[in-house]
Amino acid sequence: MPKIHVNTIVNGDAVEFLCEPNETVLDVLRNELQLTGTKEGCSSGDCGACSITVDDRLVCSCLVLAAEAEGKVIGTIEGVADKDQLHIIQQKFLEHAALQCGICTPGLVVSVQALLKESPNPTEDEARLYLAGNLCRCTGYDKIIRAVMDAAETMRGAA
Amino acid sequence: MAITDYKMPQSLDEAVQILASSGKNIKVLAGGTDLIIQSKSQSSDPLQVLDIKSLKDMTSATIDGSGMSLGPAMSCAEFTARKDIKAVFPGLVEAAYLIGSTQVQGRASVGGNLCNASPAADTIPALIVSNAQCIIHGPDGERTIAVEDFVTGVGTNCMGRGELLAQIKIALPAPGTSDAYLRFIPRSEMDIAVAGAGVRITLDSAGCCTDARVAIGAVATTALLVPEAAKALIGTMLDDVALDAAANAASAASKPISDRRGTAEYRRHVVGVLVKRAAKIAAERVKGE
Amino acid sequence: MSDTNDFKYIGTRSIRPDGFDKVTGKANYGADLTLPGMLWGKMLRSPHAHAKIKRIDTSKAEALPGVMAITTYADFPSVSVEAIAAGEGSVDSLDLARNIMADGKVLYDGHAILGIAATTEAIAEKAVSLVEIEYELLPPVMDIRDAIADGATLLHDDLFTEGLDEKPANASNIAVRSAFQKGDIDAGFSAADVVVEREFYTPTVHQGYIEPHACVASFDQDGQSMIWCCTQGHFDVRASVAKLLSMSLSQLKVTASEIGGGFGGKTTVYLEPVALILSRKSGGRPVKMVMNREEVFKASGPGSATRCKVKVGAKNDGTITAMQGQLYYEAGAFKGSPAMLGGMCIFAPYDVENMDVECFDVVVNKPKVAAYRAPGAPQAAFAGEMVVSEIAAKLNMDPIDIRLQNATTEGTRAIYGPKYKSVGLVECLTAAKNSPHYQEALKNNQGRGIASGFWFNIGGQSSVTLNMNPDGTGTIVEGSPDIGGSRASMQLMAAEEMGMPPENFKPIVADTENVAYNQSTGGSRTTFATGMAIIKAAQDVKEQVKQRAAAVWNIDAELVEWVDGVVVNTSGDERLTVAQICAGADRTGGQISGRGNINARGAGPSFAVHVCDVEVDTDTGKVDVIRYTAVQDAGKAIHPSYVEGQYQGGAAQGIGWALNEEYIYNDDGLLQNAGFLDYRIPLASDLPMIDAIIVEVPNKLHPYGVRGVGESGIIPPLAATAYAVSDAIKAPIVDLPCSPVNVLKVIQNNV
Repeated sequence: MPKIHVNTIVNGDAVEFLCEPNETVLDVLRNELQLTGTKEGCSSGDCGACSITVDDRLVCSCLVLAAEAEGKVIGTIEGVADKDQLHIIQQKFLEHAALQCGICTPGLVVSVQALLKESPNPTEDEARLYLAGNLCRCTGYDKIIRAVMDAAETMRGAA
Repeated sequence: MAITDYKMPQSLDEAVQILASSGKNIKVLAGGTDLIIQSKSQSSDPLQVLDIKSLKDMTSATIDGSGMSLGPAMSCAEFTARKDIKAVFPGLVEAAYLIGSTQVQGRASVGGNLCNASPAADTIPALIVSNAQCIIHGPDGERTIAVEDFVTGVGTNCMGRGELLAQIKIALPAPGTSDAYLRFIPRSEMDIAVAGAGVRITLDSAGCCTDARVAIGAVATTALLVPEAAKALIGTMLDDVALDAAANAASAASKPISDRRGTAEYRRHVVGVLVKRAAKIAAERVKGE
Repeated sequence: MSDTNDFKYIGTRSIRPDGFDKVTGKANYGADLTLPGMLWGKMLRSPHAHAKIKRIDTSKAEALPGVMAITTYADFPSVSVEAIAAGEGSVDSLDLARNIMADGKVLYDGHAILGIAATTEAIAEKAVSLVEIEYELLPPVMDIRDAIADGATLLHDDLFTEGLDEKPANASNIAVRSAFQKGDIDAGFSAADVVVEREFYTPTVHQGYIEPHACVASFDQDGQSMIWCCTQGHFDVRASVAKLLSMSLSQLKVTASEIGGGFGGKTTVYLEPVALILSRKSGGRPVKMVMNREEVFKASGPGSATRCKVKVGAKNDGTITAMQGQLYYEAGAFKGSPAMLGGMCIFAPYDVENMDVECFDVVVNKPKVAAYRAPGAPQAAFAGEMVVSEIAAKLNMDPIDIRLQNATTEGTRAIYGPKYKSVGLVECLTAAKNSPHYQEALKNNQGRGIASGFWFNIGGQSSVTLNMNPDGTGTIVEGSPDIGGSRASMQLMAAEEMGMPPENFKPIVADTENVAYNQSTGGSRTTFATGMAIIKAAQDVKEQVKQRAAAVWNIDAELVEWVDGVVVNTSGDERLTVAQICAGADRTGGQISGRGNINARGAGPSFAVHVCDVEVDTDTGKVDVIRYTAVQDAGKAIHPSYVEGQYQGGAAQGIGWALNEEYIYNDDGLLQNAGFLDYRIPLASDLPMIDAIIVEVPNKLHPYGVRGVGESGIIPPLAATAYAVSDAIKAPIVDLPCSPVNVLKVIQNNV
């Protein structure tokens, strides 16, 4: 099969690319589109480092074929901040030292944004379960969850 | 199998027609959370995928007086958010909710979980106790199979070339009925079920069990309907004696293996524990209504 | 924690200077680099645990369009048995080479055999699948007991046990024996009223970093070869690769990308030499190589499985009279487990006269182990601490009290010889005992475990340049890859020394050509040693600033004083800021640059004490960690948030090690769970909040009192968690992991 021509929207920008049938959105983001903020940790949907949103739905980009991006709206880590203004979630991650090596951070930030959109007032247990698919090996999750709860409270206050 | 071709049919008929004429290396793509991983395996056999999420009926669900009709490719995230379905089929919804992380939920589907036919699939025991019916479309028309007959072995189902699971239909349960699904995993999420149990209970106004269905998963090559476990519950008040008998029947019916996720004896023991606990939860749900 | 009024910037919770890039995805990790003309490299790996390679036919692979180069072990110029610095120890370069690409024999499932570079990733993968190899299978040796048994299949015909009184006549699978003694062990046991002896097992585990190994290498005939890679020690990468490829150090530049976790596993090389050779053979085109997750588990360097026998004797009053251990560690396919380090650490928390420890390094058909956070100590401490807690239970003593009674303090003699200088074990035990956690009562099916842990921490070589800019800001040019936020601490230490705000200083991790030699990030050395180098460089800058001010004021330099970032003429009343001096530096002799190239001495050990509460579902054996407290001595916490983060992260890894993590092999020696689905590390929903309590007993040999903290935190959790399980189910635990299957078996066997 010749390469597939895909038109999609990434972080609000119209984007087009060619892809093989077996390439995933993760492959295309990192290789074709040079958006390397989304990370590859396992390629089997077990670590969450490649988390993005597709039509506002949180997914692992390693488990979405690039061809499926046609006509969809994709959100990656690069689209979370508002130009030079960090999102509250990103700010709280920094304040709470919720990252050490930082490799899981992009996937987590995207996932937390999805969590708080769906559930603006999560309990600690709800947040932990929602984020179960985002592995972190450095922090033990403590400061991540504190950052999430603080971000949720701040965002509710700002709303 | 490396994916070498990607198609999106515009109608169910077109899907059937493509499947019927494409040789054996074609698979239906729903959420892809099993298929895409499998396609990265070492074998480089070519694989065509047919993305049926383009068909609206495959990704939506309705529930009314005649029952529930579920599009097999509807994402678990959407399915489990349906409060109207959860009110009637809490066990099925909780089974679907257990498939993987939030990210996997955004893609995985009940139909995909069923068709992939892993012995440990979470939705299958719940579908079985719900008496789900599988509506299959193929070159020779439409046919209906009870879900407990749909899966034929490890990773295999009863569909032939050109056939496609088009709908899952579940009749509304009798009043006083509820269900529950429990699975055992070593962590709190993310793991493949070591054992799974779906239980549906009907209680009369006195709290006596008048009907039951028990199905177990991850303890045989396919999920198993266990009539003996149901029989142990029917006519009882679901006291400990009855529950233990059901648990023992479930353990006795299981044919588990030992692998990287658990030993056979462990699975045999735990599936009984889960049946007992799921029965209690189902009963509490009935009483809570 | 000590009063932050003692310091102006140290002890504050600043925002890390690399934060914006990390939370926006802008930071570049190992796999994030693309260069013009870049090729992709893939490894071909053994599908067998133990086999001779009879024949390799690469002709079909070579013929595939797009294939540019193929490399095997034959492409290493002759390497000799010589040590190369790597992480916290050194590695034999012959073994290193044979691990990177097999020399006639494959020794584990996933052992690399050859590398192929092609114009696309897909072509490289296809080419790998076209290589034909004929193997002669050999029996796999997968367990210590099998490896040391009489008549065991040998992995290496030329491996003779070192550390015995005489070189043995026959080769074996035991690579090294080491031993330590103190006092009279037999007398110690004779004096005991209570003796407990147990044999423990811990499985092979992986550091579990989320970022797979990745590099881009570009060979250059002008001597401008470069490697970009995620590593804990880019100077060690340079040394290893130069050694293996017979290059001089000056011909190779290594740049450390941002790194997505290492924990010791990225202190050696796997892909880098292969990628550079492929680049050379492709005419100098850059070659990118990235491991997939399966390769990481199968073919990087996990942590040793162990079998440890421990025997402890104590008097009825709680005085421990004898501590003995026999520790067997798996090295994987080539020698080099941290057995000896385990032996040095196991009884370190105890001031006991009579000790005897014997350690064995054993080869098996598994990947060659690499360092894993306090290498050797967690496994040994698991065994030692479980026995001490059992003794306490037998004597009806509180498990913290028995440890307090026998605690190592300043002046206690270590089993390996020297006396400990000031240490904070007693303070940590006391803090644990007084913690809110410890006052909580337990409920049904719940249990509690206490354990302590010790790590030496190292100093070593760090080189830093502090370059002052004309606007008075400064660039801290350092060379310690930042694995956890250390640049924040570097900024705080420079700020403290210079009396200027942290934002004034920008720390950068320079490549091997732009900063002098730095030992790798490991051994809990970075804040300590690189910090010391920064302090020295800052002091150098301050001296120069004073000299320049003296020149401006035309006075003797002794009359210039430094007061909080301002220089003052004590014989007059002029003042000049650092910024003003720097702005006029061209007129006073040129730009100001301070240097601190040191071999830091005086590293202070860090003791840790953990408290773990679990609840066990006795019908299924499932363990839930319901409360956890990690106490540890930091000496002086430069950035408290990142210190707490080290405690919490170490605890999480240790909990995973205790509960669910293990390499699972089949009878053919093939790894069954080479992925995050079935290699089960803790999830966010598996853990509670982890209370991190920072104790500060200053290390008097560091200007700010710093002790390294990165490693000690992984040592107590194995026993703290496992003992808690044992306490909950009222039965002894000797095997890890405490997976539900294993725990249920113990419950059922003890009914």
